[in-house]
Amino acid sequence: METLTYFLPQVWFVVLALFLLLYVMLDGFDLGVGILSLTSKDEERRGILMTSLSNIWDANETWLVLMGGGLFGAFPLAYGTILNALYIPIFVMIFGFIFRAVAFEFRELSNRKFFWNFAFGAGSFVAALGQGFALGAVLKGIAVDETGHFIGTSWDWLSWQSVLVALTLIQAYVLIGSTYLVWKTTGELQTTHYKTAKIAALTTLIGAIFITISTPIFYESARTRLFQQPLVYIFAVIPILGVLLIWQLLKSLNRQEERAPFLWTILLFVLTFLGLGLIVFPYIIPVKITIYEASADPSSLVIMIIFIGFLIPVMLFYNLYQYIVFRGKVTGGHYEG
Amino acid sequence: MEFLSDSVVLSRMQFALTALFHMLWPVLTTGMGIYLVIVEGVWLKTRNPDYYLHARFWSKFYVLNFGIGVATGIPMEFQFGTNWSRFSEAAGNFFGSVIGFEASWAFMLEAAFLGIMLFGWERVNPIIHYVSTILVAVGANLSTLWILTANSWMQTPAGGELVNGKFIVHDYFAAIANPFMKNSVLHMFFATLETSLFVIGGISAWYILNRRHEAFFSKSLKIALAAAIAVAPLQIYIGHLSGEQVYHYQPSKLAAMEAQWETTPAGQSADWSLLAIPNDKAQKNDWEITVPNALGYILEFKQKLTYPVRGLSEWKPEDRPHMIGLIYYAFRIMIGIGFFFAGLMLLSVLQWLRGKLSAENIAQQRWLMRAWVFAAPLGYIAVDSGWIVRCVGRQPWIVYGQIRTVDGASNIPASNVLVSLTSFAVVYSILFVGVLYFGSRIIRRGPNLELPVPGIEPDRPAVDTTPAEFVPDERPVEAQQ
Ligand code: HDD
Ligand code: HEM
Ligand code: HEM
Repeated sequence: METLTYFLPQVWFVVLALFLLLYVMLDGFDLGVGILSLTSKDEERRGILMTSLSNIWDANETWLVLMGGGLFGAFPLAYGTILNALYIPIFVMIFGFIFRAVAFEFRELSNRKFFWNFAFGAGSFVAALGQGFALGAVLKGIAVDETGHFIGTSWDWLSWQSVLVALTLIQAYVLIGSTYLVWKTTGELQTTHYKTAKIAALTTLIGAIFITISTPIFYESARTRLFQQPLVYIFAVIPILGVLLIWQLLKSLNRQEERAPFLWTILLFVLTFLGLGLIVFPYIIPVKITIYEASADPSSLVIMIIFIGFLIPVMLFYNLYQYIVFRGKVTGGHYEG
Repeated sequence: MEFLSDSVVLSRMQFALTALFHMLWPVLTTGMGIYLVIVEGVWLKTRNPDYYLHARFWSKFYVLNFGIGVATGIPMEFQFGTNWSRFSEAAGNFFGSVIGFEASWAFMLEAAFLGIMLFGWERVNPIIHYVSTILVAVGANLSTLWILTANSWMQTPAGGELVNGKFIVHDYFAAIANPFMKNSVLHMFFATLETSLFVIGGISAWYILNRRHEAFFSKSLKIALAAAIAVAPLQIYIGHLSGEQVYHYQPSKLAAMEAQWETTPAGQSADWSLLAIPNDKAQKNDWEITVPNALGYILEFKQKLTYPVRGLSEWKPEDRPHMIGLIYYAFRIMIGIGFFFAGLMLLSVLQWLRGKLSAENIAQQRWLMRAWVFAAPLGYIAVDSGWIVRCVGRQPWIVYGQIRTVDGASNIPASNVLVSLTSFAVVYSILFVGVLYFGSRIIRRGPNLELPVPGIEPDRPAVDTTPAEFVPDERPVEAQQ
């Protein structure tokens, strides 16, 4: 029993991290493409960008819904407290999502495509902004009492650090969106996104450097965590690997490779995520409440492993199948090959 | 305007607004999903291109609803955390896991196969396409199963107990199979199906009235009618069972549904109130028309009650629902619509049997067709009325008898909720107008009968002889495949 109360929350921490990582990568490129569409110069191009997502955006977004449901079931206290604390950024994200989703449906039927293309781009941007602030606020820590209830104010999430995190997240989404477009498009469109990918790789790097340096300086909790014994080696390796990955990414962009840039970006996301996960663990409401304190009953966690866990490979399989069905380039608003 | 500074009241208003609005879209995605499985199946079996074109035409409404359903569903899920965090914490052990089941069993399945169902006609073979259509419908209906399980548990919390303000589950399966679960899932399932049938029938009738593609749309009308023969009476019966379970498990809700202020003891006969003006302050009905002895027959099929029907004045005002008039009339509106549907179904079947619904004659049935057009939006009204009965009637409890709504709310400044509530009101109004506008646009354009049918020669004989204004399909090429 004693081991179970430790083991089960850890399993769910990892599962939820997996859902979130999948979300950030998959919907990340959707949002990135959306943000990029704001800069594209003509309607036809924006049409292609939206077409390249029309069959997948919803499945991608569903990873967040799944991660929300899982968090609610596995760590009810964290679900309540974190969302309670982040009321404003969460609703900002939600309204962004609403506009993005609606844009997909209405654009097809509308004669004024311009308006809905804009809703798509602006919705994506606003959703990413909300997420960035939420992430920044969680990393910084949420003010709670001993029982884990939120005691801060409704603007606690806003600070220069969370602004920095939000901007960097947007850059990262633009990066993964650009490399996705490099993979999925041809011709002039592809050329443009080789360029945007390069710019975004550099801006993301700058943001990441600032965050990496400022975190241990400003947060005591992160500092103690970073310099803990075996972990310190991992934390020392992560930035080095990160720089190497960006180096590889830039090289593949220069060589005009089509798929490699996307794959390098994915690795970069995984690496960053690993780093963040290690800093946060074992807290679920940083910096006070651990996964053991916030977790649901062991029996609930077991039931959830039975009812959700066995579906994870199935979900991964049919999502992958979908990508296989729709493989190939998007040109002029239709798929070839 | 005192409520403007009460974050609980505002959160309730926000939840009610967003839930009632969200509820409008899953109705078609779950109900019409089944219809699409039927027409695609008939097409695969008979290879009659009309059914293929039906599948393509109606799925346009499907996507439109799906997009709005997703957009409005996400605020529902997140609101449990943002506005009802103490409820989330208290009920999370059970309620939270069920929300997780819904996402993994239902949403993911539906979302992943929808792409293939809509855009995959040329990319996968017909069998895989058909399997995708089926999985989309299964996914949508699984969300009905899980969300109604969660909501039924809030009505009749079973399978555990509240310890220090947290619900501890002893028996998961008892909590899932709580007393309301089976019947409420069925009632909701048939509600979405019945509403979709009358929407499809109503739109078909509109074309017939306007003399566009009568032969084509008499097919969809008849499929809807044939299904309604079973669904409309069954829904009344299941609704009746819902009423009985409320009678046994939630006496204060039953009293509100019937605007009964005084208790009728067991062994007596009870009147059924047909129309009334309930007065919450005076705890009586200012005016009322009753049907003598009818309540006993409705609840127990006999004149004298075996169990008492408790009146609202038995509870202290803080322990019983308010807005009695709303609950009472919402209930009657739902029932009225249920019987209207059944009546319309009977009348249409009669005409069908007399041969009046054949492709040549159907356009003469103008009044019948008008009645179908009129029926198209009624299902939505019934669905939202049903939810009002269920959720407002449950008050003051968020989990009946266990957790009060006020104790479930988050600690947030009222101003935040006021801003989000106002934004929802504005954005949802825009969406509503948008859907009506674009939906009517799909209807006005009509089906594209020129679409090439997969696996069939392009120069097939024309299916429809009436000239129709042809409007080219303006969607991107990708979507037209
Ligand atoms: C009749 C069944 C039904 C009912 C009563 C509800 N929903 Fe719903 N919901 C669906 C049936 C559905 C659906 C048919 O499955 C939707 C509509 C379109 C879609 O993609 O899924 C959906 C979408 C949807 C989504 C987005 C899913 C996605 O990303 O694919 C969420 C998060 C919710 N809902 C959550 C809720 C919550 C928290 C509800 C309770 C208050 C609720 N729904 C009531
Ligand atoms: C399944 C779909 C659901 C629909 C369509 C629905 C519908 C409604 C409606 C119409 C109201 C208005 C009640 C009022 O104004 O007092 C309401 C209120 C509410 N419902 Fe439900 N409900 C659903 C499920 C749920 C679920 C799953 C919960 C879980 C928490 C819930 C909790 C509430 C809350 C907190 C309120 C606001 C406070 C109040 O009761 O007044 N409902 N809902
Ligand atoms: C004439 C027959 C009908 C009767 C007697 C009836 C009865 C009921 C009752 C008693 C409830 C409340 C259940 C509760 O609070 O737990 C309910 C809920 C509901 N009704 Fe009806 N109803 C009828 C027709 C309809 C129709 C025609 C529709 C829609 C097409 C509908 C849709 C709903 C919905 C969506 C709910 C809430 C969810 C649920 O309980 O499943 N009902 N109904």
